[in-house]
Amino acid sequence: MNPLLYFRAGDWFAILLGIFFTAWLAASFWPGGAAQKVIIRAGGQLFTETRLDQAQRILVPGPLGVSLIEIAHGRARVAADPSPRQLCVKQGWLSRAGDAALCLPNQISVELVGATRRFDSLNY
Amino acid sequence: MKIQLPTTPDDHRIAKLAAAAIGLTLTEAALPSPIPGVKPGLANIVTLAVLSRFGLRAAIWVGLLRVVAGSLLMGTFLSPTFFLSFTGAITSLAALAAAHTLPARFFGPVTHSVFAAFAHLGGQLALVYFWLIPHAGVAYLLPLFAGAALLFGTVNGVVAAFLLTRLPDTSSPLACADR
Repeated sequence: MNPLLYFRAGDWFAILLGIFFTAWLAASFWPGGAAQKVIIRAGGQLFTETRLDQAQRILVPGPLGVSLIEIAHGRARVAADPSPRQLCVKQGWLSRAGDAALCLPNQISVELVGATRRFDSLNY
Repeated sequence: MKIQLPTTPDDHRIAKLAAAAIGLTLTEAALPSPIPGVKPGLANIVTLAVLSRFGLRAAIWVGLLRVVAGSLLMGTFLSPTFFLSFTGAITSLAALAAAHTLPARFFGPVTHSVFAAFAHLGGQLALVYFWLIPHAGVAYLLPLFAGAALLFGTVNGVVAAFLLTRLPDTSSPLACADR
């Protein structure tokens, strides 16, 4: 039995579509890998490092006040922050390894990391 | 009191084809799977052949009977396993209904099978995400499952196309047996 005999012209198109779809999925879900841990820094010092799979709310004190970091369903976000422009709050949920939110006025950063790091370091 | 349900030759044919699909389901359950959650879905070969030979209505009957009766035999009826298979069957049958409308000259069982495999995966993962594990980590496995769907979808489609060349045109040997 020659398997190629059982393909019709359009079948190749369907398979090609499947290959593209799979490749697209891999490209959009795999780089950096799934985030596993969240690293929270305050004033340049490591404040805490915790897992993403348990829901929790962490209060981090900074020079302007207290920031609230929320972790739920494998994601993390800055839920509340005293910084004037609220940039890190507006970033919303971080879910992929390498994602980071910086609350510069309050000197707090939230970074997600996976099994391997995509970058050795990031400069802002 | 004796209860009799009038049955047509069509019903008998569907029952026999569903039985063949259930047999494949049980066989597959006994095979070890290399990765949890990845199965070749051999029973779908029967559904594919039925779709091409007897049309959509028969394929839906065979596909759903296979899931319900198969789960009764394996003792998983109404368990999460059952709902996973059931959702997969519903979404892949919907994909088959859509793929069936493509011109048969260019699109055969391989196309049907690949579309159905992806729909099956999509339905099951949606159920897993919204009901069982609402965690973004599920997405990490998506490309792996999609690769498996593509591979097994293609292989099952080729096998179904091969079977169709071996079955007589008007009716299957299974159907002939009860005449």
